Amino acid sequence: MKTDLEVTPQIPEEILQRVEARGISRRDFIKFCTATTAALALPITMLPQVARAVEDKRPPVIWVEYQSCSGDSEAFLRANQPTAGEIILDLLDIEYAEVIMAAAGHQAEKSKHDAMEKYKGQYILIVEGSIPTGADGGYCTIGGQSAVEDCKKLVQNAAATIAVGSCATFGGIPAAAPNPTDAKSVSELVPGAAIVNLPGCPVNTENLTATIVYFLTFGKLPAVDRLGRPQFGYGKRIHDNCERRSHFDAGQYAESFGDPGHRQGHCLYKLGCKGPETFHNCPTIRYNEGTSWPVMAGHGCIGCSEPGFWDTMSPFYRRLPKVPGFGIEDTADKIGIGLAAATAVAFGIHGVASCFRKGDAMEEDKVVKED
Amino acid sequence: MAKRIAVDPITRIEGHLRIEAQIDGGKIVDAWSSSTAFRGIETILKGRDPRDAHHFTQRFCGVCTTVHSMASIRAVEDALNIQIPDNARLIRNLIMGIQNVQDHVIHFYHLHALDWVDIVSALSADPAATAKLAQSISNWPLSSVTYFKGVQDKVAAFAGTGRLGPFQNAYWGHSAYKLPPEANLMAVAHYLEALEWQKDVIKIHAILGSKNPHPQTFLVGGMAIPVDPNSQNAINADKIAYIRKLLRKARAFVEQVYIPDLLAVAPFYLDWAGIGGGVGNYLSYGDFPMDNSPGTGSLFFPRGVIMGKDLANVMEMDEKKITEYVTHSWYNYSKGDDKGLHPYEGETSNNYTGPKPPYEFLDTDGKYSWVKSPRYLDQPMEVGPLARVLVAYASGVKEVVDTVNFVLGKLNAPATALFSTLGRTAARGVDALLLAQKNEIWLDQLTDNMGRGTLEVFNKEKWDPATWPKEAQGFGYHEAPRGALGHFIRIENQKIANYQAVVPSTWNAGPRDAAGQMGPYESSLIGTPIADPENPLEILRTIHSFDPCLACAVHVMDGKGTEIVKVRVL
Repeated sequence: MKTDLEVTPQIPEEILQRVEARGISRRDFIKFCTATTAALALPITMLPQVARAVEDKRPPVIWVEYQSCSGDSEAFLRANQPTAGEIILDLLDIEYAEVIMAAAGHQAEKSKHDAMEKYKGQYILIVEGSIPTGADGGYCTIGGQSAVEDCKKLVQNAAATIAVGSCATFGGIPAAAPNPTDAKSVSELVPGAAIVNLPGCPVNTENLTATIVYFLTFGKLPAVDRLGRPQFGYGKRIHDNCERRSHFDAGQYAESFGDPGHRQGHCLYKLGCKGPETFHNCPTIRYNEGTSWPVMAGHGCIGCSEPGFWDTMSPFYRRLPKVPGFGIEDTADKIGIGLAAATAVAFGIHGVASCFRKGDAMEEDKVVKED
Repeated sequence: MAKRIAVDPITRIEGHLRIEAQIDGGKIVDAWSSSTAFRGIETILKGRDPRDAHHFTQRFCGVCTTVHSMASIRAVEDALNIQIPDNARLIRNLIMGIQNVQDHVIHFYHLHALDWVDIVSALSADPAATAKLAQSISNWPLSSVTYFKGVQDKVAAFAGTGRLGPFQNAYWGHSAYKLPPEANLMAVAHYLEALEWQKDVIKIHAILGSKNPHPQTFLVGGMAIPVDPNSQNAINADKIAYIRKLLRKARAFVEQVYIPDLLAVAPFYLDWAGIGGGVGNYLSYGDFPMDNSPGTGSLFFPRGVIMGKDLANVMEMDEKKITEYVTHSWYNYSKGDDKGLHPYEGETSNNYTGPKPPYEFLDTDGKYSWVKSPRYLDQPMEVGPLARVLVAYASGVKEVVDTVNFVLGKLNAPATALFSTLGRTAARGVDALLLAQKNEIWLDQLTDNMGRGTLEVFNKEKWDPATWPKEAQGFGYHEAPRGALGHFIRIENQKIANYQAVVPSTWNAGPRDAAGQMGPYESSLIGTPIADPENPLEILRTIHSFDPCLACAVHVMDGKGTEIVKVRVL
C-alpha cells in the first residue's frame, strides 16, 4: 500500500511550500490531492497536475439556490477531503452562497452582481434547486428578481455550470407529477449551455469537489453520459458495485425489514431496492466520509440520481417489476429501454408520468403472483 | 421621516425570506415577513403510497433533515394505529436528539454568530488575551496562545488575498458589534472548529440512517436499520461504541465550547434581552418519549401552550384549536379569505397576486407571502426551542428548570429576559445541552435491549396495505430543532387523499391574519433599533434568533388551484 510519504515526491516541492505559506498543512494538501485524483479515477501519475490545479487558483464560484431544500448546501458542509472550511478559505473563492455568506439583502445581491461582472466567463456557477417557470416567475424570487431571470443570466455568463442535486439536474421533487409550479432543471431552462449534472438527493459532496478539481485540472468539464452526468460518478449501476450483490446472485434476500436475512445483510431487492436501475457511485464512495449508504444501512436505494425518480421509482417499497440481466459493462447510455428511457420521456410531461405509474401497477400484480 | 427598506434575501437561513420594514426615529415601526418561493409538495403527495410519504416530506428541508420524516411516519402510524418496537423509539430519539444538537451548533456558529461577531476585529486581537479569556471560561483544550495565533494567521492570510468570498460586503465595523477583539478571535476559532465538529458528530445519522442530509432508514412501523450484536451488517457492539464516541464528542463541544461561548458573549449584548420579544405566546407539541407507552405522557419535553407570557399557567395543547389564515398569503379560500380554517378542513388554491418580478417592494396591504398564518385560539404563537424550553420550565420539568436557572443565574437575569432575541438564542443552547446529555441515556437503553436479545426494529403487522381500513387519518407531531411540527394525513383506499403540514417556520414567519395581527417575526421586529438603515444588522439578529427555515414553511398544496379538499376530524 502506498503511503502519503511515498506519494509526496510527485507533488513539486515549490507547490507544497507555497501551500504551507498559506497556512495549509502539507499533509492535508497531499491527502486532498490524492483523494481527488482517486475520486476522478485518474492514474496517480496525474497527482502533480491535480496539485497544480488546486494550488492557488481559488476560482470564483457563485452558488445559488432556487426551489431547494438546502440539502446540497448542507452536504457541502459535510465535505471531508477537503473540508468545507478548507474549501471556503483555501480552495475556492465563494463569492455568493446564501447559506454561509455574512452579507444579506442588497449587500448580498451586490456580491453576486459584482462577481458576475468581474469574472464574466470565468466563474463556476453551482445551482441548487429547480427553477419554477409558472406564475410569471412569482413562484420564486430573490431580491425581487425571478429565479428564471436570475438563473439564465448567471448560466450565460459562467465558464461552466454545475447543477447539484436532483432538483437542479432533473427538476427533482418540485417537478414530480403534477409539477404544480412548472419547475424545470437548469439544462431545460438554458439549453445548450455548458452544464454538468450531479444528481443525488442530496448530491454526494465528493462528486462535487471531484468535478471542480477536474475542471481546474483539465480546463474542461468531465466526460458525461447522455444525461449530463460525469462518467466517473455515474458510469456504473449501483447493483453492479453493491456490497450485497453476491447475496442477489445467490438468491439470498431479506423478505421483511428486521428479519434474519435483513439482519445478516442479504439483498434488499424484494424490499424495493432500485439499485438495479440506478447509476451512481454510492456503493464505492458512500456518504459522510465513507461511513455508510442506504443499502449498507438496511434500506433499499430509491433511485435518487435518475431523472423523474419520484414518479418512476415509486412506490419505493415495491420491488422492481423485472431486473433484466444487464452485463456489468452496460451503462445508462446503452440501456435505451426500461426505466431510464421511460423516465426521460416522463420528465416534463405529466400525463406520461401518471400513465407510467398505472402500467407499473400491472407489473406489480405479476410480482404478487410470483410470491 | 419614515423610511421603507427591504432585506432580501435574508441569508444564513434555509430558503427564501424577505423582510420589509418601516423605520422611523431609528427604530422599526412596522414590519412584514414574506416567503418568496413555493414548491407544492403536498399536491405532489396526493394519490401516492402513504408509506412513501416520508421520503417526499423529508425534502421539505435539507437543513432540519429528518424532522419531516419523523412527523410523517408518526402521522401514518397514528392513522393506522401502529405501535413501534422499543428499539425503533430509541433509534428515532437518537437521530432526533443529535439532529437538534448539531443543528443548534451550526445555527449558533455558522448562521447566527456573524450577527454578533466581527471577524475583521479578530485580526487585531492579542492571541494571548484570547487564550486567557478562553481558559477563564472553559477547560476546552484548544486554548493556547499558539493555537489562537495560528487561527489569526490563517484568517489574516485569507484576508490578505483581498478576496473575502462569503465574508465580503458584510457589516464589519458596524456600531452594533460590541465584542472586544479577543472575544471575536475566540469566536472565529470556534466557528472553524464547529465546522469540523458538525460533520463528524452527524455521522451518527449515517450509522443509523445511511447518510446525512436525508437519512433513509425511516419506516412506517419502525426503522430499517437492523440491530443484531452478532451481525456485521447491523447495529452491533462496534457501531454502538462508535456512536458513543461521537455522542461524547458532541456533548463535550456543547458543554465546553457552545455553552461557555454563549455565556461569555451574552453579557455584551444584554440589551437584546429587552428587544425582539414578539407575540409572547408559546406552543410546544412536546417530544422525546422516555418509554414506549402510547400517548404523550412520557415525553421528555412536555406538550403545552403559554399565552401572554404567563408562565404560571401552562394550558393543555389541543390541536383542534389550530386554524390557518390566508388573508395575506397568495392563496384563496372558497368561503372568503378572512376565515380561518382548521388544517383538517384546510383548502388551498395558490394564486400569485404579488408584483411581477422584478419588483422593488411588495404590496403589503394585500397578499404578500407564500406562508399561511397559523393561529391557536386565533392567536399568533411562537414555536421553537424557546417555546419548548419555556413550556417545560413552566411545567416544572426538573432538568429543564435547573438548566434554565443556571443560565439565568450566570447572566444575572430574570426569567422575563427569556422573552427576547437573546432569550431565544439562549434557549437554543439550553435545548442543545439537555439533548446532548439525554442522547447517551437512549444509547444505553438500546444497548441493554440488544444485550437482552430484544432485536425488533420494525412492526410489520400493518405493512401490507391490504390490512388497512378503507379510510383513516392521523396527526404526526415532532419538536423539530425549530419547534412544533405537525403533519396531518388522510388515507383513502390505501392512497394519500390529503396531506397537510403546519411547520415551525409557518407559525413563526407567517404574515398578518384577518384581524391584522402580526406573525411572530413581524411582531418581534417592532421597536428594534436600527443604527443604519443601509446596514440593517439588527434585523438579522432578531430574525436569525428564530432560525428561519422557509422551504419547510412553504410547501402547501394544489398548484392548479382547482381542487378543494375537506377533511373531517375523526
